Amino acid sequence: MKKFIPLLFAGLSFGALAIGAHAGEGALDAKHISYSFEGPFGKFDKAQLQRGYKVFKEVCSNCHSMKLVSFRNLSDKGGPGFTEDQVKALAATFTVHDGPNDKGDMFDRKGRASDAFPWNFPNDEAAKAANGGALPPDLSLITKAREGWHGTFNQLINGIGGPQYVYSLVSGFQDEPADLAKEKPEGKYYNPYFVNGPWISMPPPLSDGLVTFDDGSPNKVDDLARDVSAFLAWTAEPKMEERKKTGFEVMIYLAVLAGLLYFLKKQVWRDVH
Amino acid sequence: MSGPSKYQPTSAVGKWFHERLPIVAFAKDHALDFPTPKNLNYWYTFGGILAVMLVVQIVTGIVLVMHYTPQTDLAFTSVEHIMRDVNYGWMLRYLHMNGASMFFIAVYIHMFRGMYYGSYKAPREVLWMIGVIIYLIMMATAFMGYVLPWGQMSFWGAKVITNLFSAIPFVGDSVTTWLWGGYSVDNPTLNRFFSLHYLLPFVLAGVVILHIWALHVVGNNNPAGVDVKGPGDTVPFHPYYTIKDGFVIVVFFMFYALFVFYGPNYLGDAVNYVPANPLSTPSHIKPEWYYLPFYAILRSIPDKLFGVIAMFSSILILFFLPWLDTSRVRSGRYRPIFKLEFWIFAVVCVALGFIGSKPPEPVYVFWSRILTFYYFAHFIIILPVLGLMETPKPAPNSISDDVLGKSSLMPAE
Amino acid sequence: MVATGAVAAVGGAFVVWPLISQMNPDASVLAMASIEVDLAPIAEGQAIILKWRGNPLIVRHRSKADIDTAKAVKPTDLLDGVARNANVKEGEAATDDNRIVDGKSQYLVMLGVCTHLGCVPEGNKGDFGVVTPNGTTGGWLCPCHGSQYDTAGRVRKGPAPENLPVPPYKYVSDTKILVG
Repeated sequence: MKKFIPLLFAGLSFGALAIGAHAGEGALDAKHISYSFEGPFGKFDKAQLQRGYKVFKEVCSNCHSMKLVSFRNLSDKGGPGFTEDQVKALAATFTVHDGPNDKGDMFDRKGRASDAFPWNFPNDEAAKAANGGALPPDLSLITKAREGWHGTFNQLINGIGGPQYVYSLVSGFQDEPADLAKEKPEGKYYNPYFVNGPWISMPPPLSDGLVTFDDGSPNKVDDLARDVSAFLAWTAEPKMEERKKTGFEVMIYLAVLAGLLYFLKKQVWRDVH
Repeated sequence: MSGPSKYQPTSAVGKWFHERLPIVAFAKDHALDFPTPKNLNYWYTFGGILAVMLVVQIVTGIVLVMHYTPQTDLAFTSVEHIMRDVNYGWMLRYLHMNGASMFFIAVYIHMFRGMYYGSYKAPREVLWMIGVIIYLIMMATAFMGYVLPWGQMSFWGAKVITNLFSAIPFVGDSVTTWLWGGYSVDNPTLNRFFSLHYLLPFVLAGVVILHIWALHVVGNNNPAGVDVKGPGDTVPFHPYYTIKDGFVIVVFFMFYALFVFYGPNYLGDAVNYVPANPLSTPSHIKPEWYYLPFYAILRSIPDKLFGVIAMFSSILILFFLPWLDTSRVRSGRYRPIFKLEFWIFAVVCVALGFIGSKPPEPVYVFWSRILTFYYFAHFIIILPVLGLMETPKPAPNSISDDVLGKSSLMPAE
Repeated sequence: MVATGAVAAVGGAFVVWPLISQMNPDASVLAMASIEVDLAPIAEGQAIILKWRGNPLIVRHRSKADIDTAKAVKPTDLLDGVARNANVKEGEAATDDNRIVDGKSQYLVMLGVCTHLGCVPEGNKGDFGVVTPNGTTGGWLCPCHGSQYDTAGRVRKGPAPENLPVPPYKYVSDTKILVG
């Protein structure tokens, strides 16, 4: 078994090369906040996802799309844990453009659970035109498409930091430092966490008390940012709980099988000199 | 495999069949009875791991194709459809995606093992060269597979790599247009990459059979690097190596499962979760980790054509390795200077990979040049000269002596 | 024997050719329409990126400083001394005037495809633009391998071997061009 250790090291050192630190154009590392879904046994906090959904719906969805998520997903196992009736009611509050009907006309109807999350804009160009030429990115995968920090070992230990990036971005708007003030482009905002920053077209989206929760949960900017980033972590990786659970079972099984094979191997090789 | 087969059909039907197609005898001779040196260490199990990984990739790949759509408007969402809606789709996709990385980890260990123990030396030159062909096919297959999800890194990776061919004098531009089927990477490119990504693994399987055939003609090398002298030096492949390989494969699967279930995107690039946009290059583009050393070599040279030549040469030079190493001793274990130099070379390769992941800033360009020079010097200068100058330590007389820890200086008991 | 072999080889070549040729751009790709670009909305110092034949097309309204900087360079000092402009005679020198059409120096039209390995160079970056108190304007830097282009889109720092190509285009009115 001793001989096997160098193998693991060799494997790790190759694997470690996967993501070298990259300059990140001078953007700040995201704040290292922790979530309930981190670690090998981490699970989403259902109440937090429901609050996050509310923040997304009332704030983010005014500009951003969520094309890969359907209403029905909101009642999926390992998600925010809405009931199917809640999802139906929730979908019905949206209007969906559908058609053509048997006369060949397009029509509007109430949303159904099977509908994908509708967007306020008919296409990317319309969204750009309404947002000063900048396209608000689709948020379905945003926490997997962004890195909170860089470096091979940093990411091995702390994860890739996508949810932390979103948290830091939406809660991290600041007044620009005096020496940068004259560079400030028209209609842009200063945000040191922005990956292509520091100038961002999105205005600060959150403010204290902007969204209120029925159960009176805290709703300062920091709370809203945590909730919405947790919700977006779920939309990017809706099967995370199932993945970690399956992984644990697979690891136990493989460990037992490896143990059995190891002793069988010792036995078979006993007489070879 | 020497000598007549030990297989004797016992039943009348078995005998009848054996006289018409001796496939059972063939399988028994090559999969069960094949005489294998008894001193192989754990580094020699990676061949078996690679065979298993090829099967894993083919099986997961075929089922993924049942749900994937190779069309520029739909490719990205069809992959997300697999991740979100298909039963166990997330697992199959993560297995396939991380399986590629595991495949390369195993192949690099397998190659460095061959280099350390001199497994490319006579009479195993053809075996080694077939291995290099396998490695080239693997790289092409992995590259085309990476394009299929049609994310930002898929698109720009495809564009940069296919543009390498535009460096060819005179016909370069026509060749890239031909590869693309248009004036840029677009739907025709995605379609043909999909077609070839499906085809090449089966070509790979065929070449693997040639690799094993060549292995069974000359027999395994071993850590002592001495030839098999008699039946006392070998054990039958089954059960000795089937069980030993089986154990290591399961341990390797645990390593694989760690990535699939607990860090499925660690080895990938976050930017590839952004759909492809032909009008905007990501600020920092780099290939998957297994290409990084070659990418660093490409970037170390400021001239387009010579950069491309250097990059391809760095792989093709492996074909000549059997003749560049002039040493008469096979195993690095008995070559004190080579042993040290081997590890320096390994570190150089890893360091090149590290630099390949960095932006092209002056300090990295400087180091990439020094390391690139060393990479080629290892093959063209160090190995030929070292083989002539080095005084090797005595190797054991036989494999049995090696297992008993005897060197040839010890008096025989 | 030789004759039969030769005939068989010719037949083989005729069979192989369609299999190779099918990979070349097909009729629908070749028929891709040319595009008309209205230059009026582009303010001085601004650039727009459009899609033309699947590639990004950069149209930049250059300032006087951009043009003067470009004109100050002798073509003999360039890495690539050839104009690479589909609208001038092949092999003409890469003077600033040879990089544009009809003497309209204020509009630079070229493909945003780095001649190294095809990335899209980023505008207003690199060491060959015009330095102003608000940062660099004009000039392009390729994010992939660090090639740099000046205010006329000419390569000034490798590994890119050639100037950014100027596609065939013509003025259909004073502020409108037809590309392709």
